[in-house]
Amino acid sequence: MALPSYAGPGEIAWYYGYRFVCGLIFLFLIVPILVIIPLSFNSVPFFTFTPEMLSFDPAGYSLRWYKDFLNNPQWIHSLQNSFIIAIASTILSTVLGTLAALGLSRPYTPYKAVIMGALISPMIVPLIISATGMFFFYTNVGLAQTHLGIILAHTALGTPFVVITVTATLVGFDQSLIRAAQNLGASPPTVFFKVIMPLILPGVISGGLFAFITSFDEVVVVLFLADFDQRTIPLQMFSGLREQISPTILAVATILVTISILLLTSVELLRRRSERLRGMTPQ
Amino acid sequence: MRTADGMPLKVSIARAMRRNKLMALALIAPLFFFILFSFLIPIFDMSLRSIDNSVIPDVLPKTVAALAEWDGEDLPPEDAFAALAADMKAGRESRDIGKVATRLNYELSGMRGTVMGSARKIAKVEEGPYKEAMIKADKDWSDPAVWQLLKRLSSPYTMGYYLNAIDMRFSPDGAIEAQPDFRQIYIDLFLRTFWMSILITGLTILLGYPIAHLMATMPLRYSNLLMILVLLPFWTSLLVRTTAWIVMLQSEGVLNDILVALGLFSDDARPQLVYNKIGTIVAMTHILLPFMVLPLYSVMKTIPPSYMRAARSLGANQATAFIRVYVPQTLSGIGAGSILVFILAIGYYITPALVGGTSGTLISNQIAYHMQQSLNWGLAAALGVILLATVIALYFLYNRVVGIDKMKLG
Repeated sequence: MALPSYAGPGEIAWYYGYRFVCGLIFLFLIVPILVIIPLSFNSVPFFTFTPEMLSFDPAGYSLRWYKDFLNNPQWIHSLQNSFIIAIASTILSTVLGTLAALGLSRPYTPYKAVIMGALISPMIVPLIISATGMFFFYTNVGLAQTHLGIILAHTALGTPFVVITVTATLVGFDQSLIRAAQNLGASPPTVFFKVIMPLILPGVISGGLFAFITSFDEVVVVLFLADFDQRTIPLQMFSGLREQISPTILAVATILVTISILLLTSVELLRRRSERLRGMTPQ
Repeated sequence: MRTADGMPLKVSIARAMRRNKLMALALIAPLFFFILFSFLIPIFDMSLRSIDNSVIPDVLPKTVAALAEWDGEDLPPEDAFAALAADMKAGRESRDIGKVATRLNYELSGMRGTVMGSARKIAKVEEGPYKEAMIKADKDWSDPAVWQLLKRLSSPYTMGYYLNAIDMRFSPDGAIEAQPDFRQIYIDLFLRTFWMSILITGLTILLGYPIAHLMATMPLRYSNLLMILVLLPFWTSLLVRTTAWIVMLQSEGVLNDILVALGLFSDDARPQLVYNKIGTIVAMTHILLPFMVLPLYSVMKTIPPSYMRAARSLGANQATAFIRVYVPQTLSGIGAGSILVFILAIGYYITPALVGGTSGTLISNQIAYHMQQSLNWGLAAALGVILLATVIALYFLYNRVVGIDKMKLG
């Protein structure tokens, strides 16, 4: 939407005004996230820019909050828990979700709408309700306050993302490729690993990344199901923000922002790869 | 027609179709049963608690039986007092009497003390008449209303929690009436939750529409860069973003410092921007904005720019062309984004809990309060079911408008 050369002064004003407003909205989106990064290097326990920081005096900056994080066994323990739980539930939800998506995208699948509704439900139901239901049930079957319980709960929350992304990758998947492979004598596992898997891999990985971030970022269910031993990073942050606010939280937040940038980059690259691959298959 | 092995073609095709369907279901089955057992049954089980009233029939079975014949007028006969005394003795031994005390206290405050105290005293009474002994233990037992309450709670199911959740209650004679004014909080809270969710949805449209439009009409190379500014918050932890808003908005925070530096506010009159409604609205708008921009953008990208040029060449000015040609084509995107944002907003818990103070909390926070602090699980379940029903209704609407299979992430 470039400005045409014949634009009048009104249009020019509108054109730049509009872009200015959009710029402000983008600032609204991004500034809060960027602001915590310099503040996490604050040398004093404040949540605001000190005069030293504003004048770029090196004395205003320090790594003390990062050291604080690394030397605090509670934070390290939560970090380990977060990774253990997120990785385990990512593997589970990727396997279950991919199989289900393959089933859902086959022609002639009966009761598709009902099944899809049930499989997607963990994403639709408000977390507080999921957490409440899981709390009662998991307590009764002895899974509350165990790592396994939280892994299963997070797997349930993560699968809809895998189902949705893999189903989206399978849209336009050329079924005749499967028939061709079968015709040439491939067994079903060979068809899956040599023909289907390479084509849907980008979708599977980005679904898995969604499942990972869902678990890694989840607080409400952990809040209800976890004991001290199962504390995760978000839960530790949540209680930290409620009790006393320390810039250590900002250091942790900065680390998490870095992780999300890495995940975002991977998903973007995968999405492009998937589009390229699909562009090659005849539609 | 027959196939090579002599089977009628129709039978052969039907068999192949059945095999296909079974194969598809077999692939779906593991996840389906997993979700069923780890998620759907727990939620169903939780919703049953909203009508569950088994405490009184379970712990006071003799009393329930004795009250079945009582007409509800005046005081019940001696055998009801005797039955209650016997149940209380048994309940003290099995330590279940506390549950009764808690249950009755939800309906009539002060009953916890009455029940626990009388149970302790009546344990020492060996023989009747129990009527005098009970009334001596606590004079509440001479109040017919207390007995009417017991009789009303005799059924294993109750609608009481739902009534409670909409600020109603059973009057002593069993009729439905409004709660006293000072106990009416849930309708207001539901309305506040709806109102704030609508406001937040509106704000995300207001902020999301221009940037989605800008990105959709720009060359792809630039819009991909801008897209990262939308996707980065989308991928950033909820807790990080909530922390960020606390940092931005608190009274010694970044925004207030800027406002003071600009001279808009004096240093000792800094506006309170967080731990109240404003905090919740700002933080949630920020958190939910990508959920509006992404569906809007994907709809706008499919609108050919020539439509606007055609409208202009037919004599419409820029504004008319935009409102009458462009906006109507984006309505499906607005609808999809709005339902998505609204569904997410009415169920939000973490952000309002951290930045909402008391005026900015939503119905979820009340559910969590009853789950964790007041331990009134029946009421928590009833509030949860009402919220869940709203969300499911909206989900069906979403499915109608967009189709869940068209949902895109990132």
